[in-house]
Amino acid sequence: MGIANSKYVPNLIVFSETMQALAELDKDIMVVTSDSRGSGKLVPFGEQYPDQIVEVGIAEQNLVGMAAGLASMGKKAFAVSPACFLTARALEHVKNDVTYSDNPVKLIGISAGVSYGALGSTHHSLHDFAVLRAIHNITVVAPCDNFETTEAIKQAAEMDSPVYLRFGKKGMPTLNREFDPEFKIGKGRTIRQGENLTFIATGEAVLPCEEAADILEEKHGLKARVISMHTVKPLDKELILQAASNGQPIITAEEHSIHGGLGEAVASLLFQNGFRNKFKIVGLPDEYTVTGSQVEIFKHYGISGEGLMKTALHLCEPSNTVG
Amino acid sequence: MTNQELKLKSIEYRKKILKYIYHAKAGHTGGSLSCVDILNVLYNKVMNVSPANFDDPGRDRYVQSKGHSVEALYVVLADVGFFPEEDLLTLCRYKSPYIGHPTRKVRGMEQNTGALGHGLAICAGNALAAKKDNLPLNVYTLLGDGEMAEGSNWEAMMLAAHYKLDNLCAILDYNKQQITGANADVIGLEPLRQKVEAFGWAVKEVDGHDVEAMADLLNNAPFEEGKPSFLIAHTIKGKGVSFMEKVLKWHHGVPSPEQYELALSELDRELEKLTVQV
Ligand SMILES: [Mg+2]
Repeated sequence: MGIANSKYVPNLIVFSETMQALAELDKDIMVVTSDSRGSGKLVPFGEQYPDQIVEVGIAEQNLVGMAAGLASMGKKAFAVSPACFLTARALEHVKNDVTYSDNPVKLIGISAGVSYGALGSTHHSLHDFAVLRAIHNITVVAPCDNFETTEAIKQAAEMDSPVYLRFGKKGMPTLNREFDPEFKIGKGRTIRQGENLTFIATGEAVLPCEEAADILEEKHGLKARVISMHTVKPLDKELILQAASNGQPIITAEEHSIHGGLGEAVASLLFQNGFRNKFKIVGLPDEYTVTGSQVEIFKHYGISGEGLMKTALHLCEPSNTVG
Repeated sequence: MTNQELKLKSIEYRKKILKYIYHAKAGHTGGSLSCVDILNVLYNKVMNVSPANFDDPGRDRYVQSKGHSVEALYVVLADVGFFPEEDLLTLCRYKSPYIGHPTRKVRGMEQNTGALGHGLAICAGNALAAKKDNLPLNVYTLLGDGEMAEGSNWEAMMLAAHYKLDNLCAILDYNKQQITGANADVIGLEPLRQKVEAFGWAVKEVDGHDVEAMADLLNNAPFEEGKPSFLIAHTIKGKGVSFMEKVLKWHHGVPSPEQYELALSELDRELEKLTVQV
């Protein structure tokens, strides 16, 4: 399963189309941007619903504060900005104005992770799961494909509590819906069944797990289960514990630092519940991140079909206890 | 409410601020005493907000950006009936909702504040939403002079002027002091009026302890149509208690029993003087 960018639609586009559909039906939908209308593919939204878009300029603190003020007046406020700025520069406003004050803002982190790969660390968001996991009263979601993105946006719009949603700008194929046709925030989706090991991944790291599972099955006769853990917080504990119950290796994958993200959340859950499955967290290590395209960075750090396949083989080797 | 009644309330409020800070052995004394006349005017003379209409979307909004002066706000909210005043005996106690900053756990509070430089942007969002919904309400925030060093305030000033939020009024409790010392020594704020005007706001200045003058100005906001209003209220930190006025340690100083008695006797004398005048 290759990624030919041209034939797939980015989650970003799906987001903007979903916002238009929502705005058409609900005049309380408000999009707030910080000079991010173009990067958020919201130009058509702005043309069609000029009364439902608010520009604050390059001022992410005010983006979040203003959105909190709109939400506290009953507006369904979506604050849209590159994930790197939204969750770092504006973090105190997220913490105080949104989560602590319980203003149900939807924070939309666009071009998340290393989507802006070649632009360097200023534009990467590899900390967002970690900081938001440690802040009370916010749901954290990273949809893996167009289907999950559409559903996540629609469900977030109806939630009366703060939500952070992040996705990238690369074309994403829609993954298997055979086993789990429904999407529900807070409930992970099994997109592939397998008994030899389990991949638990989130966001755009799910696709390479699927690719690894293909190779493992075709070339090595190993069947991998793949779970899209789109909701990083609150974690679908039941599904993870159930996946671990066969004692087989577990590999997590995420477009995030290996510190504080999905992998450590899963590790903590498993360890505290007595599970000692072989386990490996795949993500970005604690170093100056290599630059290049998102695909190149993924490959560099083993978040690729090939890389995850090798990690899986290593873990499935009986003599190896760690990844 | 007559101006005389307002003035009497201001003194009563000061006594209560001291009472509850003294009892809790904690609080922001100086700032609460400097801003209490502003709150008195807002809640008793200007704003359309009360326990009766607090769930009405059309009520006026007040967000205390300088959240640390919460004792003044508690005393005023209790007086206008949001909760029984005796509740304040739990101020800062284990599990009390009456903590050292405003939270929505206390009825009458609109937002949770405390970190500085947050109130204005939230109020701009409130004001814009009210305009979108054609709600004829006003939004008020109280800023501290120290917090004007927060860049987010100036971002919000640009924003409010850009959207012509003339239903928004910011009041600066300009007591010229902050925890480390005089504003001018910590980080210069002047020329403040020119700065705020240059950001597109209509500015007026007032004696922040003159309840009559403040009520007149605030009831005639917006100061200019199409512009947000900024009222620079010149105040004295620790106002009303001679030994606290302009003395830095009273930023969050708690009076000893002797100091508490002395402060109350000063305020009682003011009360008597005012009553005799009637
Ligand atoms: Mg001050």
